[in-house]
Amino acid sequence: MKYANAYVAGVGVGLVLLATFVLTGHGLGAIGAYSRLVDPSHEDWTLYELLGVAIGGALSAGLAGRLRLAIARGPHVTPTARLATAGAGGVAMGIGAKLARGCTSGLALSGGAVLSVGAWVFIACAFAAGYAIMLVVKRLWI
Amino acid sequence: MDLTAIGLGVAFGFCLERGGMAYAPKLAGQFTGTDFTVLRVMFSAIITAMLGLFWLDRLGLIDLAHVYVPDTYLPAQTLGGVIFGAGFATAGLCPGTSCVAAATGRLDGLAVMVGLILGVIAFNVAHPWYDAAPLGPETLPSALGVPYGVVVCLVVLLALVVFGVSRTLERQP
Repeated sequence: MKYANAYVAGVGVGLVLLATFVLTGHGLGAIGAYSRLVDPSHEDWTLYELLGVAIGGALSAGLAGRLRLAIARGPHVTPTARLATAGAGGVAMGIGAKLARGCTSGLALSGGAVLSVGAWVFIACAFAAGYAIMLVVKRLWI
Repeated sequence: MDLTAIGLGVAFGFCLERGGMAYAPKLAGQFTGTDFTVLRVMFSAIITAMLGLFWLDRLGLIDLAHVYVPDTYLPAQTLGGVIFGAGFATAGLCPGTSCVAAATGRLDGLAVMVGLILGVIAFNVAHPWYDAAPLGPETLPSALGVPYGVVVCLVVLLALVVFGVSRTLERQP
């Protein structure tokens, strides 16, 4: 099955985010879950949220016939190289998100929607760096 | 067990997967200029939640003053954003979407999750030598000295411009 229209999916994410603000008083998150996995004394509700994210993602993929074991990668990358660079990107994002005190969910989306200055600075810097690093890592994807 | 958190997470993960946000080459397309899904999903999500909060507050159904605003740390969020963005374009997934990817059987999603855990550990090891002073929950309306509604309008305009530009860029060969 084809993916949903990006705007429809985006409005869906936005409504979930709005419901989160109304029900809990704060936004969504993801990096906090990893922090809690590393240090269980770190109180963070997002570990349960991320568990839900995994369930919801699997449910959607299952209904669309997209559940299968695979390594998603660019056409010119070996599976091993893809896993290694995916891990390296993860390390960078872990450090970056801890420095910024938030990731795409917790800072960019949630902070962006409540007009946090830091969130918009983070969005601008992350996009700029994403385009800049592509000068080096383009072969991973095209 | 926090059932509200799990329920909201299920809905979040479902929407992300529906939009193709668990497929790394699609997300990386944002940065190679071939696919603008990331920008479209992010900006439509931000303006939906932002407008919802704004109008619920105007109608007196919620109090925006009680909604959590993340603290601003300008140097840390500038540097953090740069490191994060570089990692995002290399991995093709972010902390939330890598979890969706892994849950749908993509091993690259699992590799990103392992990397994230290692990154958090590395940060925690280095943390005693680093600390940032927050500027507090600074918002664009207070920093710019303009009414909240004006910034809401500006963000909607920015999103519309971004949507229009992405459409034009996609039409090019």
